[in-house]
Amino acid sequence: MADLILTPNIDHADDFYADLLATHEGLEQAESDALNARLVLVLANHIGDNDILKQALNAAALKE
Amino acid sequence: MNKIFETPIYAYTPSPDQTAPAPVRHKVIVVGAGPVGLAAAIDLAQQGVEVVVLDENDKVSFGSRAICFAKRPLEILDRLGCGQAMVDKGVVWNLGKVFFDDRKIYDFNLLPEDGHKRPAFINLQQYYFEQFLVERVRELQAEGAPIEIRGRNKVEAVGTHPDHVRLEVETPEGSYTIEADWVIACDGAGSPMRSMLGKDFVGRVFEDNFLIADVIMDADFPTERWFWFDPPFNKGQSALLHKQPDGVWRIDLQLGWDIDKEREKRPENVIPRLKAMLGEDVQFELEWVSIYTFQCRRMEQFRHGRVIFAGDSAHQVSPFGARGANSGLQDTDNLCWKLKMVMDGTAPESLLDSYDIERVQGADENILNSTRSTDFITPKSQMSRLLRDAVLDLSERYEFTRPLVNSGRLSLPCTHDGSPLNSADALDGPARTRPGSPCPDAPLGDEFLLSKLSGEFTLLTIDADAPDEIEVDGVTVKRLALSVKDDPTMELKRRYLGDATGAVYLIRPDQHVAARRDHYEENAIRHAVLRATGKE
Repeated sequence: MADLILTPNIDHADDFYADLLATHEGLEQAESDALNARLVLVLANHIGDNDILKQALNAAALKE
Repeated sequence: MNKIFETPIYAYTPSPDQTAPAPVRHKVIVVGAGPVGLAAAIDLAQQGVEVVVLDENDKVSFGSRAICFAKRPLEILDRLGCGQAMVDKGVVWNLGKVFFDDRKIYDFNLLPEDGHKRPAFINLQQYYFEQFLVERVRELQAEGAPIEIRGRNKVEAVGTHPDHVRLEVETPEGSYTIEADWVIACDGAGSPMRSMLGKDFVGRVFEDNFLIADVIMDADFPTERWFWFDPPFNKGQSALLHKQPDGVWRIDLQLGWDIDKEREKRPENVIPRLKAMLGEDVQFELEWVSIYTFQCRRMEQFRHGRVIFAGDSAHQVSPFGARGANSGLQDTDNLCWKLKMVMDGTAPESLLDSYDIERVQGADENILNSTRSTDFITPKSQMSRLLRDAVLDLSERYEFTRPLVNSGRLSLPCTHDGSPLNSADALDGPARTRPGSPCPDAPLGDEFLLSKLSGEFTLLTIDADAPDEIEVDGVTVKRLALSVKDDPTMELKRRYLGDATGAVYLIRPDQHVAARRDHYEENAIRHAVLRATGKE
């Protein structure tokens, strides 16, 4: 079983974070929430592997 | 003109049992003449088992009710001698459209797999379905088969005994008592039989109401399934439009929980809703309207001594995915050969426990699937609605989220992995035909594989040697010898051999695989037959 990467893995972390904030800029709360929901689905599909996704859900839930 | 569901088709006639000096004992009594009860009775009568069907009514079901019949039940009906009538009358469709708010977000083609005699499913009103089953009963009676339907015979009390069941039956001419070696209770979700025996029926009630309407219209809507999430004409809810035979369209409108059911059902309230959906100028006539609330639940056990539950009396699911009548037919398909063997003394009574194990598995699978559909269609929290809407919004633009859109996962037969009747897989073959699987059909020139299975245990050999017939402890197994050359399309090879060069399959009377090997080995096959009949 492949392991979820939980060590730093984004090439340019500050750039990514700035892009994330920029994507939400000017949106109402409801629009931002919807965008986040879509983002989760886009990323989940890119990962694909159910084992990794399960580990990601657990990590996000701050379990273990 | 009377509709077929307004005319008695098994009218009450007095039976000599009602005036017999002592209760008459029958082999099997089926309680309920719905799709499941009638299928059970036909199955048993075809095998020569004497059977009496009792029904409190004398007509087919009122309104369309169950309307989608899937491939596996159609294959079962072929074995029961009435599949063709259903398919000839039914509507076959492959295209679906999904709408969200005021826009179509995508359409899909089911692209059913080739090389099957029967389509993925048909739409057919339940009243036709029952009518064809009753016609099949009449045909069997004309041939002298021991089958009888008693209309307006309502079971009022049940007494269970170690070797029989006693029923008190109410008729228009008073009540009488009859007995049976076995009783199959197919008396629906509200099962009086279940209540009379004091058995549990636990699960989840969904807080929602659906208005279902049959409308007759000439409009040239295509033969497609249209599903709306949150449409302008039913804000915050869902809607479904589906075609049935005779220009009848089935419409399901979700209404929410806090409504006045009687008020919503009145034509003056229904018609404006339908006009908003179909368009102001579309001419239609309302044939039937009903409101339902559904539940997902099952009995803990389907067999209680000599009373065996099948269909909605044993398990109930949400309507999404057409898993009600479809799974009920798989119940009786699973049960009847086992009951026949137990009655004949060729299998121990414990074989019936495998009915419980296998069909509880089927019910759990159906409940899981239909609960998931329900959770998608009617999100239960703000976050689940947010995620659901995210899936739909993305689906308009990208393909990747479309598999997550869940407006009902179509009923597929259960593979009984882990069933006590299976023998260990001894073929490096395709996963879809592993032990426990329902046999997939395959073309054989002008014919099809499933039509060649006899309804008894069969030894299917594909490019493999075996005796033409073997006898194992009172059970006869006949060989069906085939070659991959019998199917130029190579589907037989793809579905049953994979990379193997030959195979031997032991197939149960209900067309499920009990065992498979790469070649015939007498000892192994004998053990597999013993195991499949509950003797090992």
